[in-house]
Amino acid sequence: MRKVTTLALAASLLSTAAFAEPVKIGFVTTLTTGAAVIGQDMTNAVDLAMEHLGGKAGDTELEVIYADDGFAPETGKQATDKLVKQDDVDFVAGYIWSHVLLASRKSVLDADKILISANAGPSQMAGKLCDKNFFSTSWQNDQTPMAMGDVLNTQGVKSLYLMAPNYAAGKDMTAGVERTFKGEIAGKDLTKWGADAQLDFSAELAKAKASGADGLFVFYPGAAGGAFIKQYQQAGLKDTLPLYSVFTVDAISLPKLQQAGFTDVLGSKVTQQWDPSLDNEANKKFVTDFKAKYGHYPSYYGAQSYDAIMLIASAVEKLGGDLSDKDALRAALKEADFDSVRGKFKFGTNNMPVEDFFLREVVEDEDGVWTTKVVETVYTDHVDTYAADCKMN
Amino acid sequence: MTRRTVLTIVVMVLVGLLPPLLYWSGNAFYLDLATRLVILAIAATSLNLILGYGGMVSFGHAAFVGIGAYAVGIPAHHWLYGGMDAIATTSGYVQIALAVGVAGFFALLTGLVCLRTTGVYFIMITMAFAQMAYYLILSIEEYGGDDGLVIDTRSEFAWISLDDPIQLFFLAYVSLVIAMLMVRMIVNSRFGMVVQGAKGNPERMATLGFNVYVFRLVAYVISGAMAGYAGALLGNFTTFISPEMMDWSRSGELMFMVILGGASTSVGPVIGAVVFIVLEEFLSHFTVYWHLPFGLMLMAVVLFARGGFVGMLTKRKGR
Amino acid sequence: MDTSLLVIQTLNGLQLGLLLFLVASGLTLVFGILDFVNLAHGSLYMLGAFFCATLTIWFGSFILALLISLPITALVGYLVERFVARPLYSRDHLDHVLATFGLILVIDTLTHMIWGPEGLAVPLPDWLRGQVTLWGDTVVPTFRLMIIGAGLAAAGGLFWLVNHTRLGMLIRAGASNRTMVSALGIDIEMLFGLVFALGAALAGLAGMLIAPITEANIGMGNGIIITAFVVIIVGGIGSIKGAFIAALLIGLIDTLGRSFLDDIFTLFMSPTAAENSAPAISAMLIYIIMACVLAFRPQGLFPPKVR
Repeated sequence: MRKVTTLALAASLLSTAAFAEPVKIGFVTTLTTGAAVIGQDMTNAVDLAMEHLGGKAGDTELEVIYADDGFAPETGKQATDKLVKQDDVDFVAGYIWSHVLLASRKSVLDADKILISANAGPSQMAGKLCDKNFFSTSWQNDQTPMAMGDVLNTQGVKSLYLMAPNYAAGKDMTAGVERTFKGEIAGKDLTKWGADAQLDFSAELAKAKASGADGLFVFYPGAAGGAFIKQYQQAGLKDTLPLYSVFTVDAISLPKLQQAGFTDVLGSKVTQQWDPSLDNEANKKFVTDFKAKYGHYPSYYGAQSYDAIMLIASAVEKLGGDLSDKDALRAALKEADFDSVRGKFKFGTNNMPVEDFFLREVVEDEDGVWTTKVVETVYTDHVDTYAADCKMN
Repeated sequence: MTRRTVLTIVVMVLVGLLPPLLYWSGNAFYLDLATRLVILAIAATSLNLILGYGGMVSFGHAAFVGIGAYAVGIPAHHWLYGGMDAIATTSGYVQIALAVGVAGFFALLTGLVCLRTTGVYFIMITMAFAQMAYYLILSIEEYGGDDGLVIDTRSEFAWISLDDPIQLFFLAYVSLVIAMLMVRMIVNSRFGMVVQGAKGNPERMATLGFNVYVFRLVAYVISGAMAGYAGALLGNFTTFISPEMMDWSRSGELMFMVILGGASTSVGPVIGAVVFIVLEEFLSHFTVYWHLPFGLMLMAVVLFARGGFVGMLTKRKGR
Repeated sequence: MDTSLLVIQTLNGLQLGLLLFLVASGLTLVFGILDFVNLAHGSLYMLGAFFCATLTIWFGSFILALLISLPITALVGYLVERFVARPLYSRDHLDHVLATFGLILVIDTLTHMIWGPEGLAVPLPDWLRGQVTLWGDTVVPTFRLMIIGAGLAAAGGLFWLVNHTRLGMLIRAGASNRTMVSALGIDIEMLFGLVFALGAALAGLAGMLIAPITEANIGMGNGIIITAFVVIIVGGIGSIKGAFIAALLIGLIDTLGRSFLDDIFTLFMSPTAAENSAPAISAMLIYIIMACVLAFRPQGLFPPKVR
């Protein structure tokens, strides 16, 4: 964990002069284990956002402190505790994994700090556990698979086999597709997740094939995604059991799939709320500079992290760096007055984004690099299902 | 006073005084760190009873800790969300009794089987039972499975509030002192002598007319129950429990604390926990690659520093 | 029940079992002959995968990479024996467990530093990418058949080595009576080094074979090592035959459990609950088997004849 030493005590005593202090953002993501590949994309995007801001929001210095969740809820909670208590950050952002976010939320909210998810969108926190101090720059877990479910309906898929990791987001994702998909669910497998996740899906793929389903829906984020696609192709299921995935074929897995020559993945379609090809100024700047700096396409993880920093900066600038009035801070965040890489950005009643979802296709760009482009818009200004359960206090 | 007694007193005074002083001077996080340290020291002390003094190398001790934590979390969960009225409560007395009772009972059940084996087979079978407990709790969706369980309300007691970090720390600290005294008392009793004697030469103890199996089983159950108590404190401290707490690598960490500090000494597990937690915190502060120096140090301790830190600190010249 | 599915799942179980055997055979040899508990054996499995992945990308040939990676992994195994295991032979098992636990952390972190967190994909040649049709619509991936073939070949080779060569005779003698071997004037240190290197190569081979399926990733050895220990305990420490049978048994139980247990569970619980608990319960099964074996036959199912 990197940080600049500041005496927490001094900061609290000198609260009148607080605006002179830098505003501190704790950023929790995965920096170790195989899932660190996602964490790297996020920290890269945050570094880029800080570079674009010149390290400042208006006249106020911003400081980002990274912390590692080790791909485990318990470690993630400990890292969050430390950011809140020791580093006395003003915002805690990040969080790839829904179960890590669920485990950590109390530590942040009890201390009356602002919590911003840059990826995880567990159903509980959009609904019953929503909080005035919790904001998201990503989505609610169910939304992307719901969009996929509607795509499947229009494509005439009659029955579907589901596979996902057995943790909070895996359950939300399958619930999402089951909500909108009108056909029959032929079967479902939830596999072991975490640092010792199951990566050989031979038994599950055989079951899926034997179920006689028209299609296979999967959710395998990060390194597991690449491994899954390979086995799917090795099993020769492309014609009998077409693949429909969310958060599986992305800028994290595509470079490795291209390196390994898995051409079958070209043309496959996925749903998402963002794409590198979205035509707006903020996105062009983000994608171009990210590619120039790191040599590859950013993923949606990076895009959401970039938005999270920009959102924070917009609120801090609006308040002139004085965060002592929490109500004013929350109001400034809720306005979401920043140039999102999504083109537009607004929060719903539960502080989850109300946004568009696109169908995107895997293509080869002019340089021969595999990436995605938008095919059509599935949902416009979509509100998540759980917003109705949210009684914001 | 022997060097070891002096060392014990110095370490215990430092562990008891330093964290509250840091807390009152505005470093709340270090009190948290110390509370975790003290709780793990209790678990390590319980392991030391069977591993250090009894020669029973349990590679599944984290299971008892996990059971203790779930004994706090599950009643609290039902108290909030309904179901299982028989155990739904936030009463700390009931929860602690459950933690100690269930962990002790689990130790009794598994001990009956495990203690029929010795040596490396004992290491492996204790691990097997811990893995079973791990997968069992993983399979129960109601308690969160892999996602773990957030404890919304801590155990409630008549006189103290565990929501106050200082009170929680002192409860853990006093518990640690009592645990150390209990282990010392057991070890110095006739019962303890038999258990220790059976470590080196079980046949001789058997010839002397002692039923070694029963003696070992009792020690194993005491140790498991004590680790369950540590688990109940841990659950209250983290307010979040997950099957990860029972993972085999956690059992390995507890073993490390015992060996690192010095097995078969009262203060050894405490020193082991201090070194472990402080190093983890210190090293991970600088680099995400902190496991490298950490692993190297662990190897070095095993290879070159026999007897752990207590051995190093109390070694007399010329011996 | 669908026969075709049953056959395929049995093949999947066989494949998992053979991989387990490759890891467990080295572990049981090291344990049986050297009386050394090597938790870091799984790290050699991981290193094999990373070496092979790197060389495949380098040379563009999976088979060539595999052949070169084998001696490299064996060399790493030899170095581990020389610098970590050898000073610890005179110590008890506890010290072995602790030191090799430290070694796991070291090797995992070094792998992270060298290859980065994302792991490595292994491109397969075209002829291994397709599928083989057994009959009708019973189709299996070619590469999985190759794993089964390679696993069986390695197992056969190992049996031949142990039962029909001079080295094998010494290994067998060492497993049953260590002092006798040294009394015969054999360079025991050399023999130990060789056994360790052989075990490393076998574990590495398993890693190389699985890498094209799951990719080489950090920590992949930590999942398999505990299962491999279950295998050698069930089979009997030091017994190659025991490891073979136990590995297949556990591979089949795990795979068949994962594929059919949830259907069985839905008979008496809700589908959601069954879907959640079935994988965990099938993972539990192998530990239940191990506990039963230890409780009733502590020396394992097929202990080496003299001990």
